[in-house]
Amino acid sequence: MNRYYWILGAFAALVALLAIGLNLNPRDVPSPLVGKPAPAFSLNVLAKPETTLGPKEMQGKVWLLNVWASWCVSCRQEHPVLVEFSKKVNVPLIGLNYKEVRGDGAFDMSKMAADEEKKLAFERANKWLADHGDPYTLTVMDLDGRVGIDYGVYGVPETYVIDKAGLIRMKHTGPITPDVLGQKIMPLLAELNK
Amino acid sequence: MKRLLTLVFAFFITSTAALAVDSATEAALAADPVAEKRLQKLSEELRCLVCQNQTIADSNAELAQDLRREVRTMIKDGKSDKEIVDFMVTRYGDFVLYRPPVKGITLLLWGGPVALMLLGLFILQRYLRRRTTRLNAEDQPLSADEASRAEALLKENTPK
Repeated sequence: MNRYYWILGAFAALVALLAIGLNLNPRDVPSPLVGKPAPAFSLNVLAKPETTLGPKEMQGKVWLLNVWASWCVSCRQEHPVLVEFSKKVNVPLIGLNYKEVRGDGAFDMSKMAADEEKKLAFERANKWLADHGDPYTLTVMDLDGRVGIDYGVYGVPETYVIDKAGLIRMKHTGPITPDVLGQKIMPLLAELNK
Repeated sequence: MKRLLTLVFAFFITSTAALAVDSATEAALAADPVAEKRLQKLSEELRCLVCQNQTIADSNAELAQDLRREVRTMIKDGKSDKEIVDFMVTRYGDFVLYRPPVKGITLLLWGGPVALMLLGLFILQRYLRRRTTRLNAEDQPLSADEASRAEALLKENTPK
């Protein structure tokens, strides 16, 4: 009899282990960049293409970097949360538009000239923000996704919280839900802004 | 049924896309065989974070293509294999390595199977030892009392 309890116990332990494993999110890969300085970049600003912006200009402020693109489906789910956030909270929210044209998959990039891509990207990004509302303080354009690689972007949307010293304090992969915003991001912003 | 059709369809799309990439890779390979061999070898060590069970050599996801391009550029710039792998790890973490490094947090991963096998061997050995002692204990010569009873039983059943 004793032996059966033993086997039953081992089986229950295995089930518990598998249950925990199955409930983990495999997309939630911890970023090695947390605690490290935000990688430098200098990208064209969507609203003023002749100017550039980078983390250096944000030094001394607590800010959010949100990676988005008009072709990104989950960004639509996240967008109203960001719009709401930008109305209520006085924290700079910088948009990083990630591969607006080449990420879409609808274009043959071998047939598109660089300036044509740039023009199309700016048009598409502007239109999307006009249609859905613009929560961003500024948006910068990462046309070829090179800055995205530096930030370890592998799925849009992604959001980074960067502190006054320019260190990345948190990375959230996937759309920001009101829960994530309220329970993780807002408390962190409050703490960093102290 | 509809689902199955979608799957078959998806399979065809991905396989034709893979063929397209193969011809592009072949062209590059012909141009610089040494660099492309290195690219191939490195790509097989790096995980694609979009389709997590594929290397960036196997995967045809956008990100995998970008990372292959990135590796190709670094090879051209004369970076060593270690520098290239470090570049990936600082951005994507150890997860990007198809063979995770042996360190504190991965000890269970690397040592787990060995530990389980040792545990199994230990249990087997204990079981066999107990079984032997139990069998030995049962395999005693009959006592005088038992012997006379056995004899009586045998006599009873012997055909006359």
